[in-house]
Amino acid sequence: MTDSKTYVSTRNACKLCAPLGASLVFKGIEGCVPLIHGSQGCATYIRRYMISHYKEPVDIASSNFSEATTVYGGSQNFITGIENIIRQYKPGVIGIASTCLSETIGEDIPGHIRHYMESHEGDAAVLPIFIHTSTPSYRGSHADGFHNTVFATVKALARHEITGEIVTVFPGMITPADIRYLKEILEGFGLSYVLFPDYSDTLDNEYTNEYQLIPTGGTTLSAIKSIGNSKAVIEFGNRFNKGIHRIKDTGTLQTAGEWLESACYVKNNQMPLPVGIEASDRFMNALMQLTGKEMPEKYRKERGRLVDAYVDAHKYVFGKKALLYGEEDLVTALADWLREIGVEPFWIKDADFETLREEAETVKPDFLLGNSKGYYIARERKIPLVRLGFPIHDRFGAARMHQIGYKGTQELFDLVVNALIEYKQENSPVGYKYL
Amino acid sequence: MVYILEERQKQVSVAGMNERTIDCNKASLAGSVSQRACVFCGSRVVLYPIADALHLIHGPIGCAAYTWDIRGSLSSGPELHRLSFCTDLQERDVIFGGENKLYGSLIELIDKHLPKAAFVYTTCIVGVIGDDVERICRRVEKEKGIPVIPVQAPGFQGSKKDGYRVACESIFKLVGTKNRPVPAKSINILGDFNLAGELWLLLEYYKKMGVHVNATITGDGRVDDICNAHNAALNVVQCSGSMSYLANMMKDDYDIPFVRVSYFGIEDMSDALYDVARFFKDEEMMEKARQLVKEEFARVMPQLTWYKERLQGKKAAIYVGGAFKAISLVKALRLIGVQTVIVGSQTGTTEDYELIKRLCDEETIIVDDSNPVELSHFVKEKRADIFIGGVKERPIAHKIGLGFCDHNHERKEPLAGYEGMINFAKEIYATAMSPVWRFTRE
Repeated sequence: MTDSKTYVSTRNACKLCAPLGASLVFKGIEGCVPLIHGSQGCATYIRRYMISHYKEPVDIASSNFSEATTVYGGSQNFITGIENIIRQYKPGVIGIASTCLSETIGEDIPGHIRHYMESHEGDAAVLPIFIHTSTPSYRGSHADGFHNTVFATVKALARHEITGEIVTVFPGMITPADIRYLKEILEGFGLSYVLFPDYSDTLDNEYTNEYQLIPTGGTTLSAIKSIGNSKAVIEFGNRFNKGIHRIKDTGTLQTAGEWLESACYVKNNQMPLPVGIEASDRFMNALMQLTGKEMPEKYRKERGRLVDAYVDAHKYVFGKKALLYGEEDLVTALADWLREIGVEPFWIKDADFETLREEAETVKPDFLLGNSKGYYIARERKIPLVRLGFPIHDRFGAARMHQIGYKGTQELFDLVVNALIEYKQENSPVGYKYL
Repeated sequence: MVYILEERQKQVSVAGMNERTIDCNKASLAGSVSQRACVFCGSRVVLYPIADALHLIHGPIGCAAYTWDIRGSLSSGPELHRLSFCTDLQERDVIFGGENKLYGSLIELIDKHLPKAAFVYTTCIVGVIGDDVERICRRVEKEKGIPVIPVQAPGFQGSKKDGYRVACESIFKLVGTKNRPVPAKSINILGDFNLAGELWLLLEYYKKMGVHVNATITGDGRVDDICNAHNAALNVVQCSGSMSYLANMMKDDYDIPFVRVSYFGIEDMSDALYDVARFFKDEEMMEKARQLVKEEFARVMPQLTWYKERLQGKKAAIYVGGAFKAISLVKALRLIGVQTVIVGSQTGTTEDYELIKRLCDEETIIVDDSNPVELSHFVKEKRADIFIGGVKERPIAHKIGLGFCDHNHERKEPLAGYEGMINFAKEIYATAMSPVWRFTRE
């Protein structure tokens, strides 16, 4: 890893804005409709971006600021927005994300919410729950927006009453298929758990024959409330984007898990995203410790098959160089995994794609590992791009990819090995059919 | 229609005698989940295809990231437009101002990429923090000797349509700044964005007629051609929602007349050719146009008839950005036996909607600035088989089990011209006739 910033401008950004991360978390709450407090474009762009990746409905409301709103404040638009969402969607929750515009003009969203609740005191029973997250685009990236919203939601809803048997998992930005797999593992250990956010159904739903205004699925409100009574938390990530440049002291930033530990006496187990055998073992060990149970046979076998595959294919990957990009938590986890199989990882903190492209001239990677947007670099260098993460706009089935645990590692490993084999085959004058 | 918000009731109408005029040209309603974007988006999509210009977004990262390489606007030469440049404003810039960052970004990027001009898009926060973007642009223009044009596009200052006007004003600043000799019978093509290479089909047609195409604005666009655009004899304007402003300004200041055309569907496409020949009052040109149309009809009609026989009775819903395109689509669909039962657009005008009302069969739902709640109800109510729209409409179609045709920025096959009509029919056929619907109707 190197750290370089030679350009003043950002050229082909390798990040998205914070309200997108917030919207993703809100899609993981049952009955929730996200509202972006700002201009209409913010909601529409984020919808388009997420729909193209997940191929699912993504309804996000906007308070649709006008010039007058910007000058006189957004309280009226906020109320209109809330009321129209309630009329059209009848949501259980409205998740409100701020934008650079509403933050800059000093919108008091908690105040707006309070006023709205006060003026509807009589009908409290039918009002949705409001969750608010501060996500100006000028502070961090979509990854920050994601973590901040997990934190804001937990802080707003979770209450400690009595420590129970629940284990809470904050998996971070993983795929819907990963979430399903994770739940299967947790169930395999016989755990009662809360996993948040859970967009495994809302963003990868079955065919419904109707346009569900609020897609089924998501972590329930009661489950989120019960997080305060967890006996332990498992939180994936090792950076949580705390390293970004802020005016505010980064030391005061907390993750949801850290907050629970300090406010609700919940043991927090922070660990890297489980990609690779070592990281997955660490996760499994934590589950074994928490439950006092052995790893279920099924996962022992998955692990065994993965080791077997590592052995069978080790020479295809050994000594290769990979250029990585994406969210820091994902990239650092991938880097550890690649070292585990003998691939040399290369990434640049906070780099944009043009910086990566220029660095690739010297690094000469054998393949790229990351989302769709690095494709142009792979194309220029005539090397493979193994797609993972978000967004994948040029391949099908992004929501169904596994990227974590033994199973996810197996899928990734097969993809990497086959990409390298295919590259060799395509570039060979012989045309081997047997490799 | 109880599911339509009260404030939006007047933006929905039904074709038929004595129906009231639809409300349009309004700001989207908060909380309605409009399919529209913002002023910035409007300006960005129009200017984006100018391939040898630097497009720098002065603002936070989201606005730049979501519009990176966003439209399939192809270039026959430079591809600078496909890169995304942004000042990526941070918290400290919002507090202390972003002017230095803007200046530094412009200088380094112009030095590196040597563009013919630079467009600087201002976004919501820049509209609020009060950076003097005009001053920085003037300074860099002087230092670097290329036009540096501020595109004042804070998202909140209106709707997507206002962004079109902002873009046209920016383009107009270039028009008239260079003079090159131009043949007498020359046109500018306004409002084709060369998605999937559609512009190149049109150039081929006009060439066959002996018409010289001067500037293409903005598909496969070049700064120098735009600077010289005032020397054409006629502006041929498609996508009139976005380009009427420019056509009007060029008419007022340079006395260049314009015709409104559409290249979608073979009738409108043919009219676009005849209109140009008629304008030049050139019988030879007209004869060539007739010949071209005759040949193309002979080629495409048998194919279209084949599709028509099979698609007869299918029903379509249309929801697109501009209403003028919707009008062409209704006609094109009719040609292949498909009846339109819903027509809507994000930015249509009263005249557009009146025309649609006259064009469509009775009972067709007409809607302005719609949303998923309404659209999903409409298609169920009207039992549509196919939806024609953009990315955001696709899940509405697919979750209800309707076929879908992407007629937006992201299409990869040309849908304009005669060739495009065949592609369109092919796509409608593929989506209507797929065997997979068997499982959705179980």
